[in-house]
Amino acid sequence: MIISPYAIETRHLRKEYNSKVAVNDLTLQVLVGEVFGFLGPNGAGKTTSIKMFLGLVAPTSGETSLLGMPAHDHRIRARAGFLPEHFRFHDWLTAEEFLQFHGELYGLDRLQIKKRSQELLEKVGLIPYSHQQLRTFSKGMLQRVGLAQALLNDPALVFLDEPTSGLDPVGRRLVRDLIADLRHQGVTVFLNSHILSEIEITCDRVAFIKNGMVLKVGALNELLQGETRLILRLGKVSPEILAGLESFGSGLVRESTGRNTTVGLEYETVSLTVPSQATVPELVRWLTIQPVDVYSITPHRLSLEELFLQIVGTDGGL
Amino acid sequence: MRILVIARLTFREAIRRKIALTALILGLLFLLLFNLGFFFIVRQVSAEPFMPVLAVRNLYSSFQLAGLYAANFLSIAMAALVSADTLAGEISSGTIQSVACKPLRRVEIVIGKWLGFAGLLSLYLGLLAGGLILSVWLQTGFLPPQPVVGLALMLFGCLIMMTVTLAFSSTLSTLATGGAVFGLYGVAFIGSWVEQIGSYINNSTAIQIGIVSSLIMPSEALWRRAAHEMTTALVQMVAGGPFTSRSVPSDAMIIYAGLYLLIALGAAVYLFNHRDL
Repeated sequence: MIISPYAIETRHLRKEYNSKVAVNDLTLQVLVGEVFGFLGPNGAGKTTSIKMFLGLVAPTSGETSLLGMPAHDHRIRARAGFLPEHFRFHDWLTAEEFLQFHGELYGLDRLQIKKRSQELLEKVGLIPYSHQQLRTFSKGMLQRVGLAQALLNDPALVFLDEPTSGLDPVGRRLVRDLIADLRHQGVTVFLNSHILSEIEITCDRVAFIKNGMVLKVGALNELLQGETRLILRLGKVSPEILAGLESFGSGLVRESTGRNTTVGLEYETVSLTVPSQATVPELVRWLTIQPVDVYSITPHRLSLEELFLQIVGTDGGL
Repeated sequence: MRILVIARLTFREAIRRKIALTALILGLLFLLLFNLGFFFIVRQVSAEPFMPVLAVRNLYSSFQLAGLYAANFLSIAMAALVSADTLAGEISSGTIQSVACKPLRRVEIVIGKWLGFAGLLSLYLGLLAGGLILSVWLQTGFLPPQPVVGLALMLFGCLIMMTVTLAFSSTLSTLATGGAVFGLYGVAFIGSWVEQIGSYINNSTAIQIGIVSSLIMPSEALWRRAAHEMTTALVQMVAGGPFTSRSVPSDAMIIYAGLYLLIALGAAVYLFNHRDL
């Protein structure tokens, strides 16, 4: 077996459907053992990307390797698990038969499957329903049995495509706990989601994608700490001051102007994003020697949602 | 073997979704009706003191062929119906995703389904046509000349229909698949009659048209060859009738049908291989 530091590695992956580009140019490395979040608005190409990784969709160009092997080799999928987005399965099978069937597809033997499916049914809380046909299952139960299916083969790499969209808090909690378990076991998890709170809790690193291109990749805590939004309350601001401020960061917004009538002061609130905390002292040093009154500077840590909107923009998801 | 896993699932689906049960009940009803009708015919014929032996055999053979024709049609229709939704439906619902992402080749999915349907159709045709031949034999002791060859050719026709349906199903929607294969069957059906009548009035152009239609869809040609194999030489000479074959498809047509099946299966695999799921 080839030892690769990457669980997933893609180079210039591209997918066109007729004339529509679903994934533009995806180059990405996911490390072995990390929980990786794939973030983007609807239609950004997240699902198509996962499908290309798993050989469900043929890329127009570019390549992918999973655990050091080319993704088009079906054998590598013996070490991967996948929970598709809509949990659609052969619903005339009972939960137990369903796991038996998928275990056989993985090439496991009967006894192994029996043992493993009991463990997993217990883990996802479906033991009482193991002899019921899937057609009688609620969405949450389908999701649970789908998760069990994705973990039958003790995979080294698990793909979860929007695993919690449309689920109740109990279901979400279950997914979160399962991901934590997998991380603990050293399993690589690739999580497609637009539920940011979930990503924030579970992921080590994230990639933001839009229009089938990676806009930014990084460790979640660095991304969140790195960029800081500053709220400055200043006196009368000249265009030169604004230009000067802009040179320290980006996204300068003139929020509001105000007037304190009792003391006759005029001030303006301006906000600005600086690339890191280290920029703040520099900015303060510069600002104090400018012909402007400084009333206050408040650093404001970005939430993942603000970061998302900042990177992806507000026009996504259409 | 993952092919067998898929084949077993196909079987199980037919049982679980009550396709097998419905087919069994209606198949038995079909046999019951045939036997009832045949019983009264046999009773009347036996009561006639001066009916020539040849005429009796002719009557039995014709009635049996009419029944087999119906059994053949039902099996062909069944072949198209059970397989039209299998790939198209699973692709459109997304069910196929959790299967195709497993460590197996797409060709294994197609061949597995093919084997499952082939097994189901063998049982169905065995029940209808085999049951029919058996009924006639039990009631009268009459057995067609080549029952096994005849049944094999009928099954061959069903398998061609099923394979073509699979090929369409791997790339079209369920409804489009159904439309396409019944359209093809219609071509074969009408072509076959044009050929029969052409042969009756010795019109070679009509016969050519029939042959061309059999090249487009050889299932009807296989039926006519099967009917020919199951008719005694004597009956062929005297009878005619709508269900005997006047213009008999050659061995070359059977070989062609074999190639046709292989190409259709290859097309199903190729199209499914290149389909985004």
